[in-house]
Amino acid sequence: MPGSALPIEPQRDIARARKIHSPAPASNGAGPAAESRADAPLVRLDHLDTLWFQVTGTICNLRCVHCFISCAPDNDSFEFLSLAEVEDWLRRSETWGVKEYYFTGGEPFMHPDLPAMLERTLERGPASVLTNGTLLPARALKPIARTARAASYSLEMRVSLDGPSPEMNDPIRGDGTFDRAMEGVRKLLEEGFLPIITATQVWEPERDEEVRQAFVARLRGLGYENPRLKILPSLRIGREADRVRPYTNEEHVTEAMMEGYDERQLLCASSRVVTNRGIYACPILIETPAARMGSTLEEASRPVRLDESACYTCWLHGAICSNYGGIGQDVS
Amino acid sequence: MSPEPRRIAVFGGVYSNHLALAAAIGDAAARGAETLYCLGDLGAFGPHPDRVFPLLIDHDVRVLRGNYDDSIARGLDDCQCGYTDPRDNYFARLSYRYTFRNTHERWRRWMGRLPGEIRLEANGARVLMCHGSPRRMNEFLWESATSTQFLTWLAREHEADIMLATHTGIPWQRSLPGGGLFANVGVLGRPANDGRTEVWYALLDFGADTGAQPNLEFVPVGYDHERLAGEMRDEELPEEFVETILTGWWTTCLEVLPARERARGRF
Repeated sequence: MPGSALPIEPQRDIARARKIHSPAPASNGAGPAAESRADAPLVRLDHLDTLWFQVTGTICNLRCVHCFISCAPDNDSFEFLSLAEVEDWLRRSETWGVKEYYFTGGEPFMHPDLPAMLERTLERGPASVLTNGTLLPARALKPIARTARAASYSLEMRVSLDGPSPEMNDPIRGDGTFDRAMEGVRKLLEEGFLPIITATQVWEPERDEEVRQAFVARLRGLGYENPRLKILPSLRIGREADRVRPYTNEEHVTEAMMEGYDERQLLCASSRVVTNRGIYACPILIETPAARMGSTLEEASRPVRLDESACYTCWLHGAICSNYGGIGQDVS
Repeated sequence: MSPEPRRIAVFGGVYSNHLALAAAIGDAAARGAETLYCLGDLGAFGPHPDRVFPLLIDHDVRVLRGNYDDSIARGLDDCQCGYTDPRDNYFARLSYRYTFRNTHERWRRWMGRLPGEIRLEANGARVLMCHGSPRRMNEFLWESATSTQFLTWLAREHEADIMLATHTGIPWQRSLPGGGLFANVGVLGRPANDGRTEVWYALLDFGADTGAQPNLEFVPVGYDHERLAGEMRDEELPEEFVETILTGWWTTCLEVLPARERARGRF
């Protein structure tokens, strides 16, 4: 990892973190960064490879203690996108040559029009849905599975699960969520999906291999013989700043750190996120007013300033939100 | 001036599979290919990397540089495939170290001089050959994960009508609006995760009339894969790699496969 040699002072500054990550933007306008850094580098949009849809805003049936955007059943600071809006963005994205589409929230399966949205999307390109797996009603899943089987593009289902057991997962995601998500995985398998199980590294890094093996064993128990598993670093903003610790003053990206660094590894070099309040630089930062890029793709194609602490985690690990990639592990 | 080729053969990654390369060269010649191309990734996976280079040179194969060749030539730490899955990484590193150790210095220098892309004009069409994608040597372009609008953008951006790439290991092609074509030519190095032991390359025919649609056909090549498996075992390469050669199913480097391609395989 490029940043492993950097000195990091483990100090706590919760007040500052709360100041940066206020719960929701007060207005639609792009405001000034809460704490703009003079030495924060700019990242150019190399190409709009990926268009994300914040399809259910910040509305989620769960209230995970590590959520980086404080999603919850009662957080409607970002609202649902309509089917017509998604269709419009799909059309607009064509001339940009978008390669693939991601659907996130909140919980995408709370949207009644998700099946129709995925059908339209898969006519145009591959799609991924980031779900907590606890709400996969047959009335949504069956038509989605039919669409996926008929499409020439892949539909990836990514199920978030933060541990291979209720003991590890449920304190993070809520009581009973492990069993419900595993039931969701079982339903997805039954419909012919090969879900990517996405876990936030809420355990000590030394336990990675043990946790991986436990995941594999659990998933094989469901009949998922060769499970796809992705482990993500935690992002210490939103609720996660309180759960673990916020970023320290030293944990941010500087111009010097970009020397010799392939900035195309960063999500904001190839993606933008459509929300009901405009287009944002990345799915992590929608609660950061300065990350609002505008209301058209043209406006949103300007460079992104890496002045948020969460950018540091992305810098360390590279495109953490994509289907491929995540925390690598040296087993040699 | 030499006439434009009417029929060309395009090989993908060789992965040190010198037996498949020799078979493909013979096959392409028998089918009347006038010029042979190879889109890079000469080493990896298979045994005795140095056996590939004389074959390419003797048969005047036009070669471009893949990510593996780039890494070996420059002495990088890994193959630049970007795996993060620990099992994929374990095998990728093992294979990379073996290939690096067994590639002679003169071939490393030779690979360092290979071009990053090859362009030609054939029958009025601008052909662009590359390794991963026209914009990035190590970009994976899978059939089920690459939108047509993206390919159209690539063609426009890189001023090409026909784009040919490799890198993923599974052949596919798609016509583009306006008469363009993208093809991933597959690889000679290992089977295409289809349960067959043959490997694949592409034969491209340019019609006699200017502006006619080119025709691209994927050709399966049988070779002495049991002999290759024996050589791999003698070199103590992983049994997982040998299994792929003998069964046609991929056992490693699976992390980067999209759902559709993954579901077709056994693992």
